[in-house]
Amino acid sequence: MTTETSEGLRAWLLTETPHSRWQARMGSFYQGWLTLRGNPMAMFGIAILVLLLLLAAFAPLIAPHDPFAQDLSNRLKPLGTAGHMLGTDSLGRDILSRLIHGSRITLYIVALVALIAPIAGLLVGTVSGYLGGWVDLVLMRVTDIFLAFPRLVLALAFVAALGAGIENAVLAISLTAWPPYARIARAETLTIRNSDYISAVRLQGAGPLRIITKHIWPLCISSLIVRVTLDMAGIILAAAGLGFLGLGAQPPSPEWGAMISEGRRFILDHWWVATMPGLAIFTVSLAFNLLGDGLRDVLDPKDGSQ
Amino acid sequence: MSDLLNVENLWVKFPTRTGVFDAVRGVSFRLGRERLGIVGESGSGKSMTGRAILRLIRKPGMVEADRIELDGEDLLGKSEKDMRAVRGQRISMVMQDPKFSLNPVMTVGDQMIEAYRLHARASKAEARQKALEMLEAVLIRDPERVMRAYPHEVSGGMGQRIMIAMMLIPDPELLIADEPTSALDVSVQGQVLSIMDKLVQDRGMGLIFISHDLNLVAQFCDRVLIMYAGRVVETCAADKLHEATHPYTRGLLNSLPRIDAPRDRLDVLQRDPAWAAAPSIGPDA
Amino acid sequence: MTPALSFENLNVWFGDGRDRVDAVKGATFDVAPGDSFGLVGESGSGKSTIMRALTGLAPHWSGRMAVNGQPLGPKRDREFFKTVQMVFQDPYASLHPRHSVDQVLSETLYLHGMKDIDARIVRLLDDVGLGSRFRFRYPHQLSGGQRQRVAIARALASDPAILLLDEPTSALDVSVQAEILNLLTDLRAEHNLTFLMVSHDLAVVSHMCSQLAVMQNGEIVEVMTVDAMRRMTSDHPYTRALLEASLGYRRAAE
Ligand SMILES: Nc1ncnc2c1ncn2[C@@H]1O[C@H](COP(=O)(O)OP(=O)(O)OP(=O)(O)O)[C@@H](O)[C@H]1O
Ligand SMILES: Nc1ncnc2c1ncn2[C@@H]1O[C@H](COP(=O)(O)OP(=O)(O)OP(=O)(O)O)[C@@H](O)[C@H]1O
Ligand SMILES: [Mg+2]
Ligand SMILES: [Mg+2]
Repeated sequence: MTTETSEGLRAWLLTETPHSRWQARMGSFYQGWLTLRGNPMAMFGIAILVLLLLLAAFAPLIAPHDPFAQDLSNRLKPLGTAGHMLGTDSLGRDILSRLIHGSRITLYIVALVALIAPIAGLLVGTVSGYLGGWVDLVLMRVTDIFLAFPRLVLALAFVAALGAGIENAVLAISLTAWPPYARIARAETLTIRNSDYISAVRLQGAGPLRIITKHIWPLCISSLIVRVTLDMAGIILAAAGLGFLGLGAQPPSPEWGAMISEGRRFILDHWWVATMPGLAIFTVSLAFNLLGDGLRDVLDPKDGSQ
Repeated sequence: MSDLLNVENLWVKFPTRTGVFDAVRGVSFRLGRERLGIVGESGSGKSMTGRAILRLIRKPGMVEADRIELDGEDLLGKSEKDMRAVRGQRISMVMQDPKFSLNPVMTVGDQMIEAYRLHARASKAEARQKALEMLEAVLIRDPERVMRAYPHEVSGGMGQRIMIAMMLIPDPELLIADEPTSALDVSVQGQVLSIMDKLVQDRGMGLIFISHDLNLVAQFCDRVLIMYAGRVVETCAADKLHEATHPYTRGLLNSLPRIDAPRDRLDVLQRDPAWAAAPSIGPDA
Repeated sequence: MTPALSFENLNVWFGDGRDRVDAVKGATFDVAPGDSFGLVGESGSGKSTIMRALTGLAPHWSGRMAVNGQPLGPKRDREFFKTVQMVFQDPYASLHPRHSVDQVLSETLYLHGMKDIDARIVRLLDDVGLGSRFRFRYPHQLSGGQRQRVAIARALASDPAILLLDEPTSALDVSVQAEILNLLTDLRAEHNLTFLMVSHDLAVVSHMCSQLAVMQNGEIVEVMTVDAMRRMTSDHPYTRALLEASLGYRRAAE
């Protein structure tokens, strides 16, 4: 019975002649999912990210200890200590619990940057590419200025000006992350804007705003999504870097970069204090990279046009 | 007789979610130093045949064949690196969609110069000179300006001629031209064809000419393969094309409008499922 | 009778300085309402450019263009696009790769301020002989001929009186060409349309049109009737060369 309905659903999704907008859209999602599912590395990446999401959502339930509870008699316990699987840090806080709570901060940063930077880049890039002329000139010079500085240095300057803290770190990272997206979006827009299908909508009386948002964005978004996913690792590292330098999340916040920074004083005798958050950063970055590679196969526009 | 190209039992397969789709099904032909036309309706596998010879089928498509030989040299067993040397140097292909094949954000001149310098160690100035000559050869007015233009700034037919000019630069042994003149007016078309013709006559180049223009193929080529649903349904000498017997070929011929015989409606092809089922015609038929 | 389209001494150019191209020079011709007018000529002679200037896609022009007696200014308004529509040369390039047939048509109908969009889409698809089966397909699931039908449906969406056809069948094979040409003939009779049609295939022009203009290097060298063309009577050497070449390719050796 269940196999029958699932077979029916499969046929409904994969039909060559869908009968409604909804079915057509679901069908193309399903096709993408099938391609993604055929890529074991990407599925591995997704699995890690889903796990991270669950950890963050249920952090208070999962974490064995309070991440802020200090216990100075229990300082710097090694891995595998009873009750503290990943040991404790210099103030006797449980590292595992801190990592679990820290995943919330990481996800928060990632989500915000992933929203702000590509959207800003998309806006600047498509407007500049579509309108051309002096608008293009001005916007691209601004982009060049941002691109000329190394990302971390620029972020440092911003945070120094705005003051330390997670929100400011997010803002600083976003401000430094958008220029490459603007470049990509502009390059794509340049190739799209002279095509016949854009001329055709102009002949229906559509204005620039509608053409950019409804006809150009859908074509740029897929390559941006791939790029953002691949950049995620860099963003996490930048956030950790700011945390490490004491300019991002402030102690006692269990942000992973800040944890490494605290642990570096004991790196020789008590290596796990800095290594565990490092491993967490590494794993999540890797997961995003794997997913990005998989998404590239799914979203590559060439795939859709034979 | 030594054949320039020998293709036996060529299949091109695309695995899809609903089963394997055979775009080309058991095509065999031989090509000497002559003009071979391939005609057939849209989707009959003409382009795929051309691309398969160069092993340019994009994944997940697969090419299978008993034999693909260029001058007696096996192409199927060659490594990707060796194939790259074959493409361009020995076999050139003019792709069907010129605007798709040109880089939209690079000027025509830069692309031609780059293409030339990939094949010949030439200075930039030499390459430029050569590119200009080629553009003039395909009758482009004001080639200096066209060199500076971007692909969207040239007309449909100019784009097509630019592609042809680029493919002729490396002086290939075999040219596969996929609908090279579909956007050209008759006078320019004649000129472009005579350039190709000269290469066949003087340098012994082989030419595979893919087209849906039956009259043109009948007049220009030596031999014609007629394809339907991935198979060769008929092959004949080009000047006998108008006497072809297969109902499919007749249908194609009858759907052409004619200057000398006006009529209100054009005949539309009535397809017969038996055509697709029949086996491919071999190279010796 | 006021002509549906009239061009008087039309000049169109692109770029400036040494990159300036005078794509159309002093073109003058009229198209009567309900007529079908052909534009033929050398590749790169400015045929597409005349259409692009009329529809406002080529911004730099001088001279006079009028639609149903109304002279055109630098800007085109909604009314204009309700009257004049265009089908592009290449069916593979004229559909948005990520929009389904349904999205293409509903966007067009929405932009023209139509109500009852759903009913109209069904009717348009029937009009061009596709049927609702194709409604939710994406361009990559359509053949060249089917794509061109969608492009024609899009052009017909606003119920235009004048249709500009830029080589509507040059990218299609002969059997599909016959279908599309028959379709266009039927639509013209049904909707009482005026056609301005570019083609390099003189046989197609003679099948579809009653009059034609011959262009060379940006200029119209001759305006003639199709009957005159069939009789091969022409004053201009280029037209004669074109007519002779259309009789068939001859090898240099012969
Ligand atoms: N990536 C792909 N996956 C599945 N099928 C494909 C793919 N690419 C091409 N095909 C199919 O292969 C068949 C042959 O295509 P081909 O391009 O050779 O046609 P053609 O004869 O050149 O037609 P045209 O005259 O329109 O260019 C078509 O039916 C097409 O749908
Ligand atoms: N956007 C543009 N910028 C600069 N030059 C252009 C532009 N569009 C067209 N041209 C030039 O204008 C001339 C006429 O082009 P057009 O597209 O009108 O030719 P056509 O008669 O349609 O030719 P074809 O039959 O090859 O399509 C060409 O020389 C072309 O290079
Ligand atoms: Mg093809
Ligand atoms: Mg044109």
